[in-house]
Amino acid sequence: MISFVLNGQPVSVQAGGLSRLIDVLRHELGLTGTKEGCGEGECGACSVLVDGQVVNSCLLPVCQVDGSTVQTIEGIGGDDLDLLQRAFMEHGGTQCGMCTPGMIVAAKALIDAGGAPSLDDVREGLAGNLCRCTGYAKILDAVLAAAAARREEAT
Amino acid sequence: MVPGRSRIVGDSPVRKDAFEKVTGKARFVDDLSVEGAWVGRTVRSSEAHARLRAIRFDPAFDWSTVVVVTAADIPGENVIAAIADDQPCLVDGVIRHAAEPVAVIAAPDDRTAGEALRHVSLDTESLTPVLDHESSDQALKSYEILKGDVERGLAEADLIVEGTYRVGHQEQMYIEPQGIIAIPRQDGMLVQGSLQCPFYVHKALTRVLGLAGDEVVVAQTVTGGAFGGKEEYPSMIAAHAALAARKAGRPVRIVYDRREDVRATTKRHPATVRHRTGVMRDGRIVAMDVEVVMDGGAYVTLTPVVLSRGTIHAAGAYRCANTRIRSRAVMTNTPPNGAFRGFGAPQTLFAVERQMDRVARALGLSPLEVRRKNLIGVGDTTATGQLLTDSVGAREVLEAVATAGNVELRHAELENKPRVDGAHLARGLGLSVYLHGAGFTGSGEAHLRGKAAVALGRDGRFEVQVGSTEMGQGARTVLAQIAAEELGVPLDDVDVVTPDTSIVPDSGPTVASRTTMIVGSVVREAAAALGAELGAAYPSLELRAAAREHAIERGPLRVLREYRPPPDVRWDDAAYRGDAYPVYGYGANVVEVEVDLDTLQVEVTRCLAAADVGKAIHPQLVEGQVQGGTLQALAWGYLEELVLKDGRVQNDRMTNYLIPTTLDTPPIETILVERPYVRGPFGAKGVGELPMDGAAAALASAISQALGVEVDTLPATPERLLDLVRGSR
Repeated sequence: MISFVLNGQPVSVQAGGLSRLIDVLRHELGLTGTKEGCGEGECGACSVLVDGQVVNSCLLPVCQVDGSTVQTIEGIGGDDLDLLQRAFMEHGGTQCGMCTPGMIVAAKALIDAGGAPSLDDVREGLAGNLCRCTGYAKILDAVLAAAAARREEAT
Repeated sequence: MVPGRSRIVGDSPVRKDAFEKVTGKARFVDDLSVEGAWVGRTVRSSEAHARLRAIRFDPAFDWSTVVVVTAADIPGENVIAAIADDQPCLVDGVIRHAAEPVAVIAAPDDRTAGEALRHVSLDTESLTPVLDHESSDQALKSYEILKGDVERGLAEADLIVEGTYRVGHQEQMYIEPQGIIAIPRQDGMLVQGSLQCPFYVHKALTRVLGLAGDEVVVAQTVTGGAFGGKEEYPSMIAAHAALAARKAGRPVRIVYDRREDVRATTKRHPATVRHRTGVMRDGRIVAMDVEVVMDGGAYVTLTPVVLSRGTIHAAGAYRCANTRIRSRAVMTNTPPNGAFRGFGAPQTLFAVERQMDRVARALGLSPLEVRRKNLIGVGDTTATGQLLTDSVGAREVLEAVATAGNVELRHAELENKPRVDGAHLARGLGLSVYLHGAGFTGSGEAHLRGKAAVALGRDGRFEVQVGSTEMGQGARTVLAQIAAEELGVPLDDVDVVTPDTSIVPDSGPTVASRTTMIVGSVVREAAAALGAELGAAYPSLELRAAAREHAIERGPLRVLREYRPPPDVRWDDAAYRGDAYPVYGYGANVVEVEVDLDTLQVEVTRCLAAADVGKAIHPQLVEGQVQGGTLQALAWGYLEELVLKDGRVQNDRMTNYLIPTTLDTPPIETILVERPYVRGPFGAKGVGELPMDGAAAALASAISQALGVEVDTLPATPERLLDLVRGSR
């Protein structure tokens, strides 16, 4: 039995310890917002936060999150959405949508780190998340806008 | 359009599918929960060419736990319906390319399916494959475009400039791999999946399954990128899933993993293009003689139409009185090539743009000067003899990037900069200008007569019903904007139904930069007719109120319209002359690079992209198309290389077939030019493919200037650049 806190709720799963976290999330727990694009940690579509750090859930055996806190796209925002989600909507940061959950998860780690990320910080922070549609420009715009909005909220 | 009336068109409202996508609620094919669904896997050939003697099933595996489908199980025809109907659904006799499907296995779960797959082997007799298109003599299609007298033009020219250009495969690499679920029903088959063209899949399934049209239903699921890669290949996967579902008597889902997707599905056609250009000392081009050879791969798929578009675009955005373009596509024993954004045009436009730089160098002109002197405009004719009468933004896009990029000064500065011994970086600037025909080629739209419906529902809201698919480009939002604008209702009152062949009319495939311009114009007509009917029924009410009254008192209302080709658009298919496209979009790029002289790695430091789109219905989405397409074009130019050995793809993963990350991506400065096209909805022209056409040439040009070589072969990898630099010393 592997237990962790998933999107704020404690969960326990009967899965082989070497099962990939992505499979447990998608198949055992029904959270299909986490996507699989390559299965080898290259595309970042499966990004989730484990104890606040971005990880590729396709590379992580579920036993490694025992006792940890896991956040997926389903745990970001509520009825009124997170700043980042709103920024992606307003700035055209999503096209086909397949990379979007992972992209937002990775951006969340970046923004939660606080401070005023520069364009280069955001490019660095999202370098593990591939998008084939947008040319990234509007994703970067969205993340910078969300970071600015976060700073405004904080003051 | 009445000035000042537009409120929705030209604005950039939040896209219709944004909420479900940013929350992770969007359901892609692999996210759907289907009761009792089994997993399908495909048995494929490892050889490029062989006779299939037998499929061997290892008795050590318990075959009663799975279902196996081979060619013998096909109730209809063993064919994937396309242009030539030459591609089997499952190999029956002869293997023609590596990764060709031979059998399908369906099992209750992944593990069992994978286990079964490992217990199948193929008994084959090897045949000699043809692997190189330049040496293949098996032509599957050829064209010849003639204008004026090319031999005379060349004879009269002051100078003849020659060049040979080569480009490689390109993988679409949509982030969502291909996938389909087939669900058997009492009266036929329901197929859902990630696809661009539901009616293509529908037709293919009726042929393979031997079912009537109304016994097959194809519905699209949220589609995670396509770029042409989900135009024809989903028919193959759907056929496999449906055959397995039929035999298993239960739903079967086939979702490719990345490696299978890269190995098996269609790619951009490699091509070799030769140019002989006759020019006068003053810079005028008087003759263009072009020869194109494309690699079709092992089956015809869409190659004839890809070749056609490539051929028509081979003379680029230039006026020339004497033009000859001869092209052919040949077959090789490599995985079939097919649709990819640009559809043959990026290959031939790369060649003509590099050739223009060569012409400029030969004449001692700058790349900008030679383009200015020969650029096509209103009153000129294209290679097929099409007279351009309006909506020609060629000069505007060229001047826009020339000004923004300070091209005149910057190019001269980099050209004249002395080479410093021991320097570690070299800089260069490249320029390109191009055109892209929007809509189907020639008589395509006239034959197709795409349909669209706009319906008033019981709730007083409106629904656009089209076969056009949302695959990320924003069709759902743009078509809703067009209908809402025409009806004069808020955008929230209009939605676009998800394509399902039992509900929507056949609008034609979602390809060829035709959705906004062609289907959008039909949507606008249907909306106008629906609005007129509502207005006539309730003349005293404004439209929104009339709609609600009608819904309550008289019920729903639906208006269907079909595309009517303009009577003055003429095309001669036999002579390949006339109006090849209803209209063209125009684009231009400036690219600056830094090349590391130690590693020959290329960094794009600046990229400008101007696009004449007629009218940007949704400027933010148009910019998204331009930025995304331009990045794909840049990456094709220097990063993306598909490696085949003995006809097998060697780099079938994202770790060795590289697409750009944020760190490889320069800011792409977008300039939208709007030269309205009178027959497009609100003036709009197609934009999807245009941005794929020119950035690779501008990049190659920039690298050429930086290193003092001519980059004529893509991709410009460090290995290729090293050969060039060594050769030039």
